[in-house]
Amino acid sequence: MADTSHGTGGLTFDKSKRTWPNEMNILLALIIIIVIFEVLGQLLPYMNNQSFLFDTRERFDSIFNEARLKIIILQVAIIGIIALGVTQVIITAGIDLSSGPLVAATAMIAMSFAQTELVNGNPNPKALFGAWAMDLPVIVPVVIGLAFGALIGSINGTFVAYFRIPPFIATLGMFLICRGIALWWSGGRPVSFPTEGYKFIGSGMMPVVWFLSLAVIFHLIMRHTVYGKHTYAIGSNEEAARMSGINVKRHKVMVYMIASMLAAFAGVVLSAKSSTAQAGMGEFYELFAIAMAVIGGISLQGGRGSIIGTVLGAMVLGVIRSGFTYIKLDGSYQLMAMGGIIIAAVILDQYRQRNRA
Amino acid sequence: MSDEIVLKTEGLTKHYGGVRALEGASFELKKGEHIAIMGDNGAGKSTFVRQITGVEQRTGGKVWLYGEEVNFAGPLDAREAGIETVFQTLALADDLDVPDNLFLGREKTKLDFLGPFRLLDYKAMREATIAGLEKTAVKIPNIRNTIANMSGGQRQCVAIARTATFHSRLTIMDEPTAALGVQETAQVENIIRTLKDAGEPLILISHNMRQVMELVDRIIVFRRGRICANLKKEETDGQDIVAYITGAKTGEEFMETAV
Repeated sequence: MADTSHGTGGLTFDKSKRTWPNEMNILLALIIIIVIFEVLGQLLPYMNNQSFLFDTRERFDSIFNEARLKIIILQVAIIGIIALGVTQVIITAGIDLSSGPLVAATAMIAMSFAQTELVNGNPNPKALFGAWAMDLPVIVPVVIGLAFGALIGSINGTFVAYFRIPPFIATLGMFLICRGIALWWSGGRPVSFPTEGYKFIGSGMMPVVWFLSLAVIFHLIMRHTVYGKHTYAIGSNEEAARMSGINVKRHKVMVYMIASMLAAFAGVVLSAKSSTAQAGMGEFYELFAIAMAVIGGISLQGGRGSIIGTVLGAMVLGVIRSGFTYIKLDGSYQLMAMGGIIIAAVILDQYRQRNRA
Repeated sequence: MSDEIVLKTEGLTKHYGGVRALEGASFELKKGEHIAIMGDNGAGKSTFVRQITGVEQRTGGKVWLYGEEVNFAGPLDAREAGIETVFQTLALADDLDVPDNLFLGREKTKLDFLGPFRLLDYKAMREATIAGLEKTAVKIPNIRNTIANMSGGQRQCVAIARTATFHSRLTIMDEPTAALGVQETAQVENIIRTLKDAGEPLILISHNMRQVMELVDRIIVFRRGRICANLKKEETDGQDIVAYITGAKTGEEFMETAV
């Protein structure tokens, strides 16, 4: 391509000139945090030389402590599914606060179509509807749950895009509405005893399978489709996107709809995993999902960040959670540490912005 | 109407509430012609462009493009009809790279049946970008750089290259060199000359008298929302134009506007 250069600099397409991706910084931070926990485990007197990540038992059949690795990712998988959607919303320079209560509302609604008629030969004590809603194929509650998510998301998106309500306010309203729906649906009583098929959705490592496969799908979508490109363009310069002929309003509705469908799916997985649905489920999930995105380098100003970043951000939260359990500090310290890390992530992001400009 | 006329407006009017930003602007642009629009701040230059390009909906008047009456519902309509505009605000997405910006809103895609999830054809867009930049002799070190990492001149060049990459039937530039240094201005002016040689019609909004006198064939002066002069370059000079801009002088055929 030598003959395509014009004067100074020239005109090139050079893969090697691509900048150090932001995701590498998060990966680095993740490794540093793991090392800190590993070192703490060796230094703290009450730890008896246990290792954080490695298998220290005598029989040495695996290098890593597999149980811990599984827990690290399993405990962030469901919130991670929400974070995949929130990431897209934040990339458009919006925010979605309604996802936590939406998880609860969807769990209640989906579960009531996933109940089994007989529990140990007795009628289901938590039955919400009559026999017609019992033992339905597993696809029915899943589709109903996703449709509910799509409805809530399109309402969010319509308020944000067409009525120009700030996303923070629109989704804060939806936050309360969804919590209300969750309480109203069964009068506050839990809905339980799902079919085996429904249970399978959340059994064992299934949440991780959902999280990672959805992450791959949305990574490809954000990178390689028109939908993804327009999402970045809107967050980057909404006016430019509009002048380029992108239907910004319709696109925003679509983004909020997809985000809410992902949150709704998280509700399905969560209720399947716990075999029950309660109106109080998913508390703080919206905040942890936003935290994953922010730690993963998604800029709240919009336009920047990636699904890979969010997955790494989820891993950071997972590692911190199980790390604190590992060094036997209780939940209150975890919350304080996570809060600190979120603020640090935003400070770092702004510092990077200033340096670049 | 002959095919020789690229753009014709008649009685183009735009009111923002009670503010008469543009009043009865009638205007013609011939094939291969480069014209400049001049005028004081708030004289209606940008408003005029926004009505032609469909960014805003006009209050009254008619627009013809190549003899065909047009009513653009939005900027994309105008673009599809062949009007490429470099807006004052550039309309670039800072976090995207050069090909992404060039093709924003009209990406080259594969598997179109996927609707909004159709795949981007990055390779084709990259090749078309390089071809477009070569055509205009624009210098950009690395097209994979995001716009945020570029200088003002490079950004301007990207915005202009966007008009050149697509075979446009009319190019409009709204103060393309207002924020640029000497070298960068020269580069942009070179691009404009390239367009002239290629016979592509152009409307240039500019405050820069030297630039206007060097580059264009005809000068339209706006004053208080009205066209107050239509001057051939050979028949006028800088002082004359300034007189029109400030209202010290008004063209004979526009006497009624001298209020």
